[in-house]
Formats: sequence, structure tokens, C-alpha cells
Amino acid sequence: MLRGAGVFVDDIAQPHACHVAFVRSPVAAGRITAIHTAAAKTAAGVRAVVTADDIGRPALTAVLERDEFVPTAMPLLAHDKVRYAGEPIVAVVADSRYLAEDAAELVACEIEETAPVLSLADHDAGVPPIHDEAPDGVLVDLQMFADGELAEALADAPLVLDETFRSGRVAAAPLEGRACLAQWQDRDDQLVVHLSTQVPHQVRTGIAAALGLAERQVRVVAPDVGGGFGLKCVVGREEVVAAAIARRLRLPVRWSEDRQENLMGACHGHEQEYRVRAGFAADGTLLGVDADIRCNIGAYSVYPFSCAVEPLMAATELPGVYKVGRYAARGRGIATNKPPTAPYRGVSRPQLVFVMERLMDKAANRLGIDRLEIRRRNTIRREEFPYQGPNGISYELGSYLEAMERCATEIEQAGWWERRKSDDGLLRGIGIANFSERTAYGTATMGMRKMQMTPGFDVSHVRMDASGDVTVTTGTCGHGQGHETTFAQVVADRLGVDPARVKLRQGDTDLASFGWGTWGSRSLVIGGGAAAVAAGRLADQLREIAGELLEADAADVELLDGHAQVRGVPDSRIGIDTLASTVHFRSHTLTHDEQLLEARGAANPPGMFSNATHAALVEVDPGTGDTKVVDYLVVEDCGVVINPMIVDGQVRGGVAQGIAAALYEEMTYSPDGQPLTGTFMDYLMPTASEIPPIAVHHLVTPCELTETGAKGMGEGGTIGAPAAVVAAVNDALRDYGAEIDSIPVRPADVLCVLRESA
Amino acid sequence: MKDQHLVTLDVNGREYEVVLESRRTLADVLRQDLGLTGTHLGCEHGICGACTVLLDGEPVRSCLVFGVQADGRSVRTVEGLADGDELSDLQQAFSRCHGLQCGFCTPGFLMLAEAYLDTEPAGDPEEVRDVVSANLCRCTGYQGIVEAVTEVAAARRKQRDG
Repeated sequence: MLRGAGVFVDDIAQPHACHVAFVRSPVAAGRITAIHTAAAKTAAGVRAVVTADDIGRPALTAVLERDEFVPTAMPLLAHDKVRYAGEPIVAVVADSRYLAEDAAELVACEIEETAPVLSLADHDAGVPPIHDEAPDGVLVDLQMFADGELAEALADAPLVLDETFRSGRVAAAPLEGRACLAQWQDRDDQLVVHLSTQVPHQVRTGIAAALGLAERQVRVVAPDVGGGFGLKCVVGREEVVAAAIARRLRLPVRWSEDRQENLMGACHGHEQEYRVRAGFAADGTLLGVDADIRCNIGAYSVYPFSCAVEPLMAATELPGVYKVGRYAARGRGIATNKPPTAPYRGVSRPQLVFVMERLMDKAANRLGIDRLEIRRRNTIRREEFPYQGPNGISYELGSYLEAMERCATEIEQAGWWERRKSDDGLLRGIGIANFSERTAYGTATMGMRKMQMTPGFDVSHVRMDASGDVTVTTGTCGHGQGHETTFAQVVADRLGVDPARVKLRQGDTDLASFGWGTWGSRSLVIGGGAAAVAAGRLADQLREIAGELLEADAADVELLDGHAQVRGVPDSRIGIDTLASTVHFRSHTLTHDEQLLEARGAANPPGMFSNATHAALVEVDPGTGDTKVVDYLVVEDCGVVINPMIVDGQVRGGVAQGIAAALYEEMTYSPDGQPLTGTFMDYLMPTASEIPPIAVHHLVTPCELTETGAKGMGEGGTIGAPAAVVAAVNDALRDYGAEIDSIPVRPADVLCVLRESA
Repeated sequence: MKDQHLVTLDVNGREYEVVLESRRTLADVLRQDLGLTGTHLGCEHGICGACTVLLDGEPVRSCLVFGVQADGRSVRTVEGLADGDELSDLQQAFSRCHGLQCGFCTPGFLMLAEAYLDTEPAGDPEEVRDVVSANLCRCTGYQGIVEAVTEVAAARRKQRDG
């Protein structure tokens, strides 16, 4: 990476590859009446111009086995209707990207435009359905945790908050867009697809199903992946089209998304509305929460996770670290004429934490209770674990209150409260947010989602070659999380060898037997757990061999510093590389019948809870409405920390994304459904100037449910930051009696509430 | 064939002759014609800076420069930073400070920082933060990048001042 020697999909040399350019819908909604491709077909360098009819109208259909879910097909190329501006209709294949894009401009699509449904308000106003299968526009409607006594609890509560919270539509925007290079290989009777993905095996399944191939006939390889953040854990229609063309034309075909395509045509996330009623006792005790959550999921259910990802997560995990008393939630996925939503980093939790923290701050204000104190009174305490929530979740041991108290101490010592007072015309505020995040969902937990195929477990193979070097394969698939480092640490630890001798191979469906990829903060916990199990079995094999050579009981052999020795007898040392070469080259000298040193391991934890408290210090300029985060602090607990530098890096990167969602980023649309944020000039990814230094402190509550004691933590930074930042903004505006309950908070929003309160 | 130009480029000290269409970007020339794929394309409209290279020592977005505009000039890319197996001080600092995660934006940041360090700066962290705000990173939250560049500025200054 540092030498520029990384290999991303677009870096793979394939001199004869053709390039695909897509002709996309210029309108948000309409009926396709004609597609004119003749001019494009005769343009320079063009190999093919492909419509849905040319490839047999294949589709990707995500299915949940629930009555409340309406399956809808996502065609690879639109054929009857177009359902969002940017939806692919025609694929143009040419000798170069320049020529493909030239020819794409010659394709003309006749579309009878219809009125689009863009917002929940449009949906409420009633317009024609986006999918005939769902005449009411609701693709999933989950009414959960009905509690007959909730209504009474709310009616009797001394304080009832009846609030609406909203969050804007955001784009994952990995620096490397989506990309693929597909080629058919007769020799192996196989379509080989190099693809920038988080989930190689699921892409294999999607491609095989859409193209009518056997799983064996598709090999998906993810080389270096330039960020994913959830966008790359769904199967993209464009990549499957490219694969279909490569199969049909028997030509290597590549597609590399440009930024405009990525912002306009790829999946988004987090456009949600929460209508919440919450009852509090006079002492601040939360008595009950009734939530009606609607997610604007765009035009299609993404494959394989479906459009239920956000509403399910929101309705299930809204209570977070708090004891909510009585609880009920409804979560709906509403179809609109915008790109589909994918499970973007944090999946609804940035929103639900924002909602719960706003409720706490509002109740504290109304009841005259300190903000920390009201949280103390409602947070699940150490002695209450395992805590059984009214949302059907059993929370294992965490450090919820400890994290908040530590955070309070740290910001006090860092002088935040003094800095808040400074009198230079800027408004300063401090925000605090507590959360837990369920990570590393195993199949038992994912099974409750009722996907047609249930993710969760993972497997790993560890083998030692004759020189004593170790190769680990995993079905997880990193994209910047440092798996090469942490998996090596975990495996080396079990084998007593230097981590430098352990090499991780990932992202290849022909290398790893199977896997569910990297998402949901699962990789090190599940994939790393599986690797640890496999390494433990390999260590047993080494101990057996060493026991024979040292004439000792295998149980008395320990592996450390690259050697095996009888416990407590350093003179008995034998090199692990000697063991390895003996097994491979001189097995006739052993009575032990190992011919190779290799083992398989699996892990399938139930899903556990990391927790954290985030604090933000912001400055709001009342003249311009501009908000700047000037300091940020995180106290987090992800169980055993395998590699502090990587954990801190994940937290900081996540916080940056959360600050972005709180203050800067939003995909916006014109009233007729045209995206207004199609470049990085309009879609405001934060730079180093917008992100402050972020202090990270660790608490360690080892997890008893995982192989390494670690809990996942990849999403946490993103989850806590919007709540902390908006709490800080509201704290800054507190003297004006102004409140903001939606994200992103833009300068215009600040000026608006200041003007209203004046 | 029409609209073809013979262009001479000095890239990382080596001379290349390439025949280019006018519209071919320097980024595509480097990546596709010369095989120097360390220069990455993150947005192709000049904002993200992943494609930053040095053109006669100045940082430019190679997605916004046409190959023909680089005719007769010197280009420095990420492939030219290390001395054989030995990583440059800046590359080592990025590794030490965890200044990269997915690595896609890294070459652009390295080249941006290299140009800044060539100005013999004081290396104040605030100034560094301001300078690196020219490029986008989606993974790191920028802290490791700022620390790495600040460290190298201090080390080089110390070396200069003896």
C-alpha cells in the first residue's frame, strides 16, 4: 500500500479487457417505452450493447420468510419501469472506457415519466405504487414486542415526550468505488470475477443464481478493497451484468464505477424517521417507550440482506443501554424512487442511539435533572447482567455506567467545562452519548431475521508448511481493518510462533471453503475466532509430534518462541520448523500418522455487546450557523483488545463518519427526484480540517462468549458520534431554548432555530 | 488514426515515450500505459486527491491533467518514494502512526505530504492538518496521517539544522 503496490480491482492488468459503461435512467420514475441502440452499436470500438432482454431479464430477489415482508425483484437492468434516477438500463461494452462512455451517449431511452415518491411525506400523500406487489408501498412492516400495559404506563407517566426525529440519507462513499473484472475460463469451466466486495461467497451465490450457473462455476476474488462500509456487502446489479456479459461474449469485461455513479447509482443508508412516545417518572426513570419507525429504503430490496435491515435493527435495538420499562416498536420499510439502501456502517444504530440520547437530554431538561444523573438512573448496571430486555435481547456483561463515569472524569480533567464557558461570541456545548452495539451476529441471532439464507458462522483453515510458516484462510474479507495483522496475532499466539511467520489469505471463494464476509463488526470475533480454534488444533498436532520426538506426553509440551519444549524443561527444546519439516519430509521416522500439519476451525458466537461513551465539544457560530467539533473523546469497551492501534484506528475513522453524518453529509434531491449531490463538491465528505483529534480510552470486560475474549467494534465510532455531536449542538443552543432533532445539522438549521427562538 | 501525440515523460527518473489521444488523462497514462497503478482514482473530478502526483515537484490531481500537458516534464509517483526495499521516512511514519487503513487514498496523501515536506516547513500540527485537508480519507479520521507528516517534518528539520 505504501509503495503503491496494492492491487485493487482496477489495478489488475488485463490488456484485452473490454469496459462496460451504463446508460442510466435520467428520471426518478417512469415507464420505458423504447430503447434505441443502433447508433451505439456501430460506434467506434463497441463490442456489444446489452439490454435486459438481451440477457434474459435476470433479477436479484432478496427474501425474508416473514408474512410482513413483500419480496420484490431487482432486475439487473431496468426493462419495464425505471424506479430511480441513475438506475441502469443499458450496458455498452467497448474496447476502452473512453469509447464505452462515448457510445453510451448515443443510446436513447424513451421513458414516460410518472410522479415520483421521494419522501415519507410523498408516500403519505399517496401516489402510484413503485412495485405492483406492494400496492401500499410498504415492503416490510414489523410490529414488535407488543406490550398490553405500555399504553397505560404512558398514560400515567408524569412526563410524556412525544417526539419526532429524522436522519438524512447518506452515502457510504468508500474512496474506491465498486469495481469488477469478469472473465470466463474454459479450462476451469468457471467465471472468474475479481470484485471489490466485502462478501465474496454471497456475490458468488448471487451471480450463480442470476446467471443459472452452479456455485462451482463462479469464483469471486476480492483483492485489495478500498473501503466498503456496508455498501460492498450487498450484491450490485452492475457487477452481475458485467459478469453476465463476460459469460455471454467470452470476453474479459471490466466495470469501474466513477464517483458520480457511486453517489447517484449505488446504495445509500439511514434515511429514517422515528416517532416516539416515552414516559418518564418524576425522578427521571424511564417507564416506557413506544416507537413508530419508518425507513425510506429506496426502490429495491438489496440482495441478500433485504430492505428489512434498517427497520428490523431499529425496532429491535432501540433501547440500547437503557432500561426502558415497557416497550413496543413498529418498523417499516417504505419504498421510494431513490436508490436502494444497503446496510451502511452501524445499520440504524447511529439513529436509534441519537433518538435515545435525545430523549434522555429532553427529559433531563424538563425534569430539572442533571444529564449524567438521568442516565445513571436508567442505565443497565453491572450487577444486572445478564440483563433481559423487553426487546427480547439478553445483554451479556458490559461496562455501560463505568464507561460514562470514566468519560465524565476524562472530560472534566481535560478542562472541557472550562472551555465551554469561554466568552468570545461563539456558543459552546458538550454532548455525551452512551451506547452498546451488538456485534458478530451468529446464526442463532441472524436466524431471527428469517433471511432465506442465514449468515453467522465462519470457518478458517490453518496450515503449516515444511518450513514452519503458517497460512491461514478465512471467509471474512477485510477492507482496511488490518486483518492480516490481527489474525496473525491470534494464530501466532496459539502456535507459539512469530506473527511475521503467519500469512492470511482472504477474499477468494476458491481458497476459503465458505464464509460470510466482513460486516457487522464480525471479522476478528468470528473469523478470528475460527482461526484461533483451527490454530489450537494445529498446536495440538505439533504437541503430539513434539511429544513423540521428545519422548514426553503431548499434554506436557508447550509451544513458545518458535519452539516446542517439555513444560519447565528448556533444554528439551525443538524448533517448530524442525517439527514441520519432519512431518512433511521424514514422516517415516514418526509413529504418529500426521502427513500434513493442517486444521479447520469454526466459530458461531451468539452476538455480543460492545459498549462506549462518546463526548463531543462543539463551537457554534451564531452569526453563520456553522458548527465545528473542536474536541472528541471516546471511552470504549470491546472486551479483550487484540491490537490497540487497529482498534483506535477503527474508532477514529468511525467517529469521522459519524461527525460527517451529524453535520455534513446528505444525499439531496430536487422535487422531481434528480440527485443534487452527485459529486464531492456537493456531497460533503469531511476533510482533516473538520475532524478534531480524537482521544480513545479503553475499558476491558473480557467476553466469555468468544474464543479470544474480544467483542467486535468496527462500527461503534459511527454509532456514537451523531448523538454526541447533536447533543453538544443542543447544549450550545440551550440558552436560546432551541432544539434540533434531525441530522444532519446544517448551518441553515442552526440559524433557523436561533431565529425562531429569538 | 487521428488526434495522436507523441509525448515524452520523465517518471520517477525514467524516460517514457507514449502516443496519446488529447483527452487521455495523466492518471490513465500512468496507470494503464505505464503500469504504475499506485496512483488511484477516487473521484475523477479533482476533489478527493487520491490521484495526486508531483508534476515538476508540484502536487497536481492527475485526473485533471491531460497526459499531453505533461510532455517533457517530470512526474513523481508513489512508486518513486522508496529506495529499493527501504521505505522512505514518510512511508515508514505512515506505517508507524497507522496513517492508512484500506490504503486507497494513501498514495495521494504521501505525494501531497512529500510536496509539503519539500518546502522545509515548520511542521506545526495545525498547519499539517490544513495542508492534508486537500485530500479525502474515508477510513482513518485523519489523525494518523497528521501525526505521520508532523513527525517527519520535525525529523527532517532536525536533520537540516544538524
